[in-house]
Amino acid sequence: MNMRDTAQTNDEISIETGAEMHMDETSKISAKDVQVHYGDNHAIKDVSVEIADKAVTAFIGPSGCGKSTFLRCLNRMNDTIDICRVAGEIKIDDEDIYDKRVDPVQLRAKVGMVFQKPNPFPKSIYDNVAYGPRIHGLANNKAELDGIVERALRRGAIWEEVKDRLDASGTGLSGGQQQRLCIARAIATEPQVLLMDEPCSALDPIATAQVEELIDELRKSYCVVIVTHSMQQAARVSQQTAFFHLGNLVEFGETDKIFTNPEDPRTESYISGRIG
Amino acid sequence: MSDAPKSLLAVDVRTKKRNAAEARFKAYGLGAIIVAVLALAILITSVFGTGLSAFRQTFITIEVPLPEAKLDKSGVRDLSVMKKVTTIGYKPLLRNGLLAAIDEAGITTDLSKKDIAKLISKEAPATVRNFVLANPDAIGGSMVFDLLANGRIDGFFKDRVTMESAALDDNTSPEALKLARDLKEAGIIQTKLNWGFLFAPDASDQRPEAAGLGVAILGSLYMMIVVLVLALPIGVAASVYLEEFAPRNRLTDIIEVNISNLAAVPSIVYGILGLAIFINFMEFNQSSPLVGGLVLALMTLPTIIISTRASLKSVPPSIRDAALGIGASKMQSVFHHVLPLAAPGILTGTIIGLAQALGETAPLLLIGMVAFVREYPAAYTPDAGLFGEASTALPVQIFNWTQRADPGFVERASGAIIVLLVFLLVMNTIAIILRRKFERRW
Repeated sequence: MNMRDTAQTNDEISIETGAEMHMDETSKISAKDVQVHYGDNHAIKDVSVEIADKAVTAFIGPSGCGKSTFLRCLNRMNDTIDICRVAGEIKIDDEDIYDKRVDPVQLRAKVGMVFQKPNPFPKSIYDNVAYGPRIHGLANNKAELDGIVERALRRGAIWEEVKDRLDASGTGLSGGQQQRLCIARAIATEPQVLLMDEPCSALDPIATAQVEELIDELRKSYCVVIVTHSMQQAARVSQQTAFFHLGNLVEFGETDKIFTNPEDPRTESYISGRIG
Repeated sequence: MSDAPKSLLAVDVRTKKRNAAEARFKAYGLGAIIVAVLALAILITSVFGTGLSAFRQTFITIEVPLPEAKLDKSGVRDLSVMKKVTTIGYKPLLRNGLLAAIDEAGITTDLSKKDIAKLISKEAPATVRNFVLANPDAIGGSMVFDLLANGRIDGFFKDRVTMESAALDDNTSPEALKLARDLKEAGIIQTKLNWGFLFAPDASDQRPEAAGLGVAILGSLYMMIVVLVLALPIGVAASVYLEEFAPRNRLTDIIEVNISNLAAVPSIVYGILGLAIFINFMEFNQSSPLVGGLVLALMTLPTIIISTRASLKSVPPSIRDAALGIGASKMQSVFHHVLPLAAPGILTGTIIGLAQALGETAPLLLIGMVAFVREYPAAYTPDAGLFGEASTALPVQIFNWTQRADPGFVERASGAIIVLLVFLLVMNTIAIILRRKFERRW
């Protein structure tokens, strides 16, 4: 065996051990005793949750239960609301994101977000996707930027539909296309976590199916957290499900288990349609 | 109460009442619009009816001899010597020129030579003198001039002065008008397009025929530049800060209420403020476009701030979320996304604010812009700067002319109103075009 082969074998071994370590240490986001107050309103109470990497975690629950609020804590979007106060500890990769030294701008580059209503900028499709890489300085020249844009659009499963009209306005696309463009825009900055706040609620069933397929695809590379009103959607796309009710995290576990054999009576009532 | 089953074909009492109320309301609305349109139509007809004639002017075309013996006795064409011959020295030359022309045309009149000379405007000798001082070589020969006719003669050809009114007038006589009519038939008097109205400076009370808007237009232009340069950046910066960055607390609430109140402060109060601060305390030149512009900028600021904030508010929050969600900083989200989307609204607000400032009179009266300005402000003077020389402004010029005694100024004032209206119309059109062009949908 020559030197080169040895090196290769070592490489393979290290990759394997990396994967194993990954299997051991699956938690990407870890929240402990998170409290959120909107003025006098206690919106999130004592939520502790471990969110796995390379998996889709769904937050379900009735309207106003705090699932979106909690999602917005994960990339500190709640900072923009004056009256919102967050207490407790949220760690991503073992770093407290509410530490004084953390700049939310850097955090949000690492934790991308897709919103309920498709919100492309009223600019061209290209500029929509290129905006993030531009402000974060991810590309050194036009060719590199072109590459990033194409990769992001391909991953967003929209490349084939828009490759001939990258100069057309992003707002001229259909709702489903707009949402996939927004997903492409979010992943263009190379985030590690992707937060999705009811990404399909404004879409028709066909567009929903396309986006869900995309989410399943994204699971391979990202830690995806999705808030959804649709229990069927949670069952279809997620591996883990968290059920929120009145600001409490009622139950959290494997999606299959939550939907077939919930522990808490409230979860059972909700998924069977008796409350919510 | 009838128990009969209700038919859809018969209208019941309640429905009739409701329909009547609706018809009445429509009639009120229509009536209000008709009244408004009529008022506007009357205003415009009256302004244009009296004002359009200001754009035409009566000129007397005569050949004026320029004898060296009178204009430059020394014969060396030294300007400082030639300047010693005042307009009084030029007056007889014009009279001689006119008399010669009358003789040549074979027109007879009973008027004395002195009265014949009164046909020519008092402004005319200055026209000839300025020409001679600018072209000393013309001395010795003679030159054909288009000279302004006296205001009364001009009025006669514009139907303002009649034979009856002339009989009661010390400044003219029916004979003079008759002579003017004969001269017109001979082609010596013509009524032509009057560029002087737009470009000439103001003239004294005795010479309405020579009064122009040049200085006023220039003054207004200078002021608008000052307003734009000061009010737009300050206003936009203030509103972006208040709308996007400022924390919501008591202090910002108070600031907000005060800005709204400032928009409602009578404009004359800004004039007093300008007088106290800019002229008395900072000792800027009185009646300069700089001070006028500063005062108008203060007055326009609240308008710009309010309209800018409204257009910033109208940008959907989802755009801000999108930018922040990608990791743009607050400032990047504002300057890359929010501000460009709000730009049409900001521009419209600014232009409307400018139009308001352009038509404002009261504060300018207090800072002395009502002064009679005979000379164009020099483009640049070392101690006064570009904007520091005494000037006047369009609305103030109108105000000024409406106070003059000579009836010739009535048409001048109306003409100036037309000019002002045209400027305002152009600015509003630009605002509409900009809004249409940059409007985005999402």
